[in-house]
Amino acid sequence: MMSWQDAKDIIYNSIWKQNQGVVAILGMCPVLVMSNNIINGVSLGLATSIVMLISGAAIAAIRDFVPNELRAPIFILIIAALVTMVDLLMNSYVHDLYLVLGIFIPLITTNCIVLARAEAFASKNPVSQSALDGFFMGLGLTLVLGILGAMRELVGKGTLLSGIDLVFGPAAQGWVIHVIPAHYNYQFLLAILPPGAFIGLGFLIAGKQALDRRAEARAKAAARLAPPPAEPQAAS
Amino acid sequence: MMRTSPHVVKPTPLQLVMLKVAGALLPGIAVYVYVFGAGIVLQLLLATVTALLTEAACLKLRNYPVKPFITDGSAVVTAWLLALSLPPLSSWWMIVLATVIAIGLAKHLYGGLGQNPFNPAMVGFAVMIVSFPAQMGRWNAPLSLLSHELTSWQQFGYILTGQLPQGLAFDTLASATPLDAVKTGLTQQHALPDILQGAIFQAGWLPSEMGWIAAAYLLGGLFLLQQRVIQWHKPVAFLAALLAFSGLFHLIDPARYASPLFHAFSGAAILGAFFIITDPVSAPTTPLGRLIYGALIGLLTWLIRTYGGYPDGVAFAVLIMNIAAPFIDQYTQPAVFGRKRGSVGAKGGKA
Repeated sequence: MMSWQDAKDIIYNSIWKQNQGVVAILGMCPVLVMSNNIINGVSLGLATSIVMLISGAAIAAIRDFVPNELRAPIFILIIAALVTMVDLLMNSYVHDLYLVLGIFIPLITTNCIVLARAEAFASKNPVSQSALDGFFMGLGLTLVLGILGAMRELVGKGTLLSGIDLVFGPAAQGWVIHVIPAHYNYQFLLAILPPGAFIGLGFLIAGKQALDRRAEARAKAAARLAPPPAEPQAAS
Repeated sequence: MMRTSPHVVKPTPLQLVMLKVAGALLPGIAVYVYVFGAGIVLQLLLATVTALLTEAACLKLRNYPVKPFITDGSAVVTAWLLALSLPPLSSWWMIVLATVIAIGLAKHLYGGLGQNPFNPAMVGFAVMIVSFPAQMGRWNAPLSLLSHELTSWQQFGYILTGQLPQGLAFDTLASATPLDAVKTGLTQQHALPDILQGAIFQAGWLPSEMGWIAAAYLLGGLFLLQQRVIQWHKPVAFLAALLAFSGLFHLIDPARYASPLFHAFSGAAILGAFFIITDPVSAPTTPLGRLIYGALIGLLTWLIRTYGGYPDGVAFAVLIMNIAAPFIDQYTQPAVFGRKRGSVGAKGGKA
């Protein structure tokens, strides 16, 4: 079994350091298309996370029996089978949302993030680590999709959580938050259209780097303030 | 340029260029005021103030010295081009938003003056027409066609508050632009000669009163050419391509394709030819490249006007060709002196 420290490393790596959405910049197609509101983005992100959780575990479990030359088709077969299950489940339980997400659910199969984690992590690591890595990589993507969705929805229509009734049924229609009251008919189409996704993602990437840089600068400042070490420091 | 007084502060070359460009726009602006009224002056003012504030804010955020960059005049020219592209009586927030996007997004996010791959004014315009198609189509008719009088103060008031004097609705002032009228008429299967009977097209030998404004821009453009602020390649190639394609199709079927004169003196063609596509930053730099660039913008403009969904195509044509500019540059490198094209010297090229 993995230690608590290992798990923490994997989670930190997945959510922040190697975030698939804003650092690896993989799987751009669904990220750009399905981030037009929070519900679409988070739903697709969670569906991807579940696929990645199970595919990570499954691939790690059989990693010793897979011939190296055949690994790609085998991984894809496993992922495709899992995606089919998620596709059928969503079709039966959240049918309206399923209609909105449309082709992007089957396309999780070809999402580079899923195959990239299978190839880079699950095929080299034990089952529990791989499952954790897959799930949190998915959650890292979900986070990006959710924030980008919120930004685009807010700027584009002045709402948050629009379309929530697709997930929780007609009763949830009142849960939509109108940050800008509905009677103003506020609309800024650019944010909803694809250019808004590119511009928004650009801001997210820049924001993440700015936070990293600030943390780095703080760490440096803290190191300078700390008492000097016993031996002279190497110039670095 | 004649300068008599002993100026203590000599303008930088860039300031001088921008000053000349702004000066060359003045005849056009004067005719604009004559045709549409003084509303445009307020739009220009709003655009200028917003551009300078946005520029200063962006420079501050990027830790650049504010004064040398803000006084170079480039932001003001961008702002003026934008104000001249938007409907003259559009609400104040539209020109403000468009200018913020042009300066903040299209210019400074890409690295500021000299680094922007897209023409900032055209990005601002494109964002507005994509996001607010209804408001961007709200052109008022030229003053000479209005049955009511519309004073300058009423125009300023409408821009700032959206309120017209009692008993006056914007619908009574509104009119399709010439390009819009032709496009709508043609989609409704009217023949072009019938469409051109409309009141807006009665303006002497030019296609419409907007044509007068275009003619004044042409004057300014010729001044810029004479001053060598711009070179002839891009405007000539652009206009030649626009005239050639519209002329060819007009000859084939005059009932469906507008005349070259109509295309040249409607919409943003002349303004684009001399003031927009001549932006040196976002265009190719080689002589052959400039010709190709201008001609393709002319062709695209005609294509978008004739077959596209928007009445005018200059903005989108410019943006599309901005993307192609580095590519054009790479393949039109002139031969290094003393060598043949394609030999060692030219091979390195610009990566």
